[in-house]
Amino acid sequence: MADALGGGTPMNFFAEAFAWIADPANASGSNGVWNRSWEHVWYTLLAVVLASVVAIPLGYLVGHTKRGRGLVVAASGAARALPTLGVVTLVALIFGIGLVAPMVALVLLAIPSVLAGAYAGIEAIDPRTVDAARAMGMSEWQILTRVEMPLGLPLLIGGLRSATLQVVATATLAAYVGAGGLGRFLFLGLKTQDYPQMLASALLVVAIALIMEGVFELGERVAARRLHTK
Amino acid sequence: MTWVLENLDLIGSRTWSHLVLAVPAIVLSFVLAVPLGWVANRYQWSRATLLTAAGLLYAIPSLPLFVVLPGILGFNVRDRANVIIALTLYGLALMVRSVADALSSVGAPVVLSSTALGYSTAGRFFQVELPLAGPVLLAGLRVVAVSTISLVTVSSLLGVDNLGLLFVDGFQRGIMAEVLTGIVATVVLALAIDGLLVLLGRWLMPWAAARR
Repeated sequence: MADALGGGTPMNFFAEAFAWIADPANASGSNGVWNRSWEHVWYTLLAVVLASVVAIPLGYLVGHTKRGRGLVVAASGAARALPTLGVVTLVALIFGIGLVAPMVALVLLAIPSVLAGAYAGIEAIDPRTVDAARAMGMSEWQILTRVEMPLGLPLLIGGLRSATLQVVATATLAAYVGAGGLGRFLFLGLKTQDYPQMLASALLVVAIALIMEGVFELGERVAARRLHTK
Repeated sequence: MTWVLENLDLIGSRTWSHLVLAVPAIVLSFVLAVPLGWVANRYQWSRATLLTAAGLLYAIPSLPLFVVLPGILGFNVRDRANVIIALTLYGLALMVRSVADALSSVGAPVVLSSTALGYSTAGRFFQVELPLAGPVLLAGLRVVAVSTISLVTVSSLLGVDNLGLLFVDGFQRGIMAEVLTGIVATVVLALAIDGLLVLLGRWLMPWAAARR
């Protein structure tokens, strides 16, 4: 048993973990590395999209009307203190084992970041810019879609970025309440005292998180550049 | 409510274990972030390097980090030191940026005039820059404290004793009251520590409260 309970040198664990990932026997099939990685990415994207459907319009509404600001601030503050594992297990007890429970939890956890990003993007715009747009005869809808939404885009992407980070991390917990994703290997390894498998799973989650972070970094730069050249 | 009353001892001991993990991590991340943030604020190249490293570190999900660290450091997965180190790293990732921002919020005229008054570099840092950066530092530390207390619970999945075990146990045995108690206890603990930090800030920096 190679376990981080004592024996073995650290480098061996990593060599074994990489060997585990590279082993063709672990690659394919419904419980294979590819399928579980894809599930992990899929859960993340679905949760962030669902959260965006709720949070972006709400954030724009608060940002444009300047009403309900306290609600947004309170939501993002409370979200920081709320333990994700608690939310996942509580929702799992309510909805039962399966994908619905972790998805509800992931969406709940993603909403505050997206909401704060959508709201802050509009909040940060110089009020004179909005006044100028209004003086030019733009309707409120035009101000929102042609002035506030493009100018607020970089901060909205920032909010989506932190929501995605949070969800990628929490999607690992989805396997704990019976769903798929890369957490499967982690919890399987934990149960069977198979540390290399746990480490392999952990490294794959870290890799996915860093790749998504890289994509967002690129997206933020492109959004910022487009804004400045217009 | 009956579950809470019947298990007060358990909740108490879990809360204590929770604090034993969270408090050292919060203190360590603050103490280590001050010199690192100072370096980050000092030079252009160090700012870019340290802040990028902090961003990447923060991007690493917590449960995987709890699993990877023992592989590097040779600890047991259930070792408290392992959890404290992982939480300290997260705290650092947030706090280094706060310290750098806080120090850069101290105006150049202030720094220049204290040099003109004859402060040494160290004297100026501890007697002028650090106190003036205090309010921004405190804001950063409050974020670190609250998120650390919430993150501790994840380590319970590996069998580490803290309030998170109420989620694990409550989920496995289907006791919703236990899971709810865990959530409420964690949030209350986070708010309590946050409140203590605010009071500490008022005591150490009475001028900041008076100005508001």
